[in-house]
Amino acid sequence: MGAITAGIVVFPGSNCDHDTEHAVASFRGIRPVMLWHNEHDLQGVDCIILPGGFSYGDYLRAGAIARFSPIMQEVIEFARKGHPVLGICNGFQVLLESGLLEGALSRNRDKKFICTRTTITVAKTSTLFTSRYLQDEVLSIPVAHGEGNYFAPPEVIERLEEHNQIVFRYCDAEGNVVPESNPNGSLHNIAGIINREGNVLGLMPHPERASEKRLGSDDGRRLFESIFDYIAGRQ
Amino acid sequence: MPYNAKIKVTLRQSILDVQGKAVEHALKNLGYGTVDSARIGKYIEVSINETDRVEAERICNEICQKLLSNPVMENYAFELEQVN
Repeated sequence: MGAITAGIVVFPGSNCDHDTEHAVASFRGIRPVMLWHNEHDLQGVDCIILPGGFSYGDYLRAGAIARFSPIMQEVIEFARKGHPVLGICNGFQVLLESGLLEGALSRNRDKKFICTRTTITVAKTSTLFTSRYLQDEVLSIPVAHGEGNYFAPPEVIERLEEHNQIVFRYCDAEGNVVPESNPNGSLHNIAGIINREGNVLGLMPHPERASEKRLGSDDGRRLFESIFDYIAGRQ
Repeated sequence: MPYNAKIKVTLRQSILDVQGKAVEHALKNLGYGTVDSARIGKYIEVSINETDRVEAERICNEICQKLLSNPVMENYAFELEQVN
């Protein structure tokens, strides 16, 4: 069994790529592989992570230009084949723009860029990204975004609820999903969603910034662990 | 002769426009009591090297749908002008 490799896509303007690399490299037997936006070669990686940041300066709309970069054509193909793809923050925005996930992220309700610790609840554990969590577990994971206000037409929201595709919701410290615990105005307190096939997950909070105790929380660690478990199980 | 497309991309009415709201409040604070609302959109000029108007229009629609706007939350409109 070879080492598991995790591809981390680097766009001009990505700024969480090395944080993600650091988090991934801290797992025994896992090798991060940095993938430049202008390339077409995914180098045979086992999973792909689209990191946070401001790809292409967030020009036009967050994620809009990154979606058409050469590497993204391969990532879309990779996702369609059923391989795991995780989008964090700006990565989530890129996944929505590319149509791998449904909906859009508009500006935060309260007009501000929010950089703070949030609590989110795990609404679904039967995914390859969340198998190491407990149902309704409350996680402390930071957010840092200006456009994290999840929006989708009513029929899409209904469909996401019906097919149990909402994986993370903003909640209070006790795990209650209430309007007061919604930092950015996202519909249904949505912090992260998964596609119907279950191999593409996007979320606004940053698990890589909560991947070791000295960062204040290691609640994000098990998200990566779940993915690597899944890949190891298939090898 | 090529065409110049003047494209406007606006947030759908159902989407909260926080930039527009901030500008609206600023205008009201300046004493413009008759200002009811303000909404902010994007204005994009694209010059298209195409002599056929129908084709220029088709390209314009395509780029608006593909890249310049996000149909989930935005609308677009454009005017085409032939330039010398």
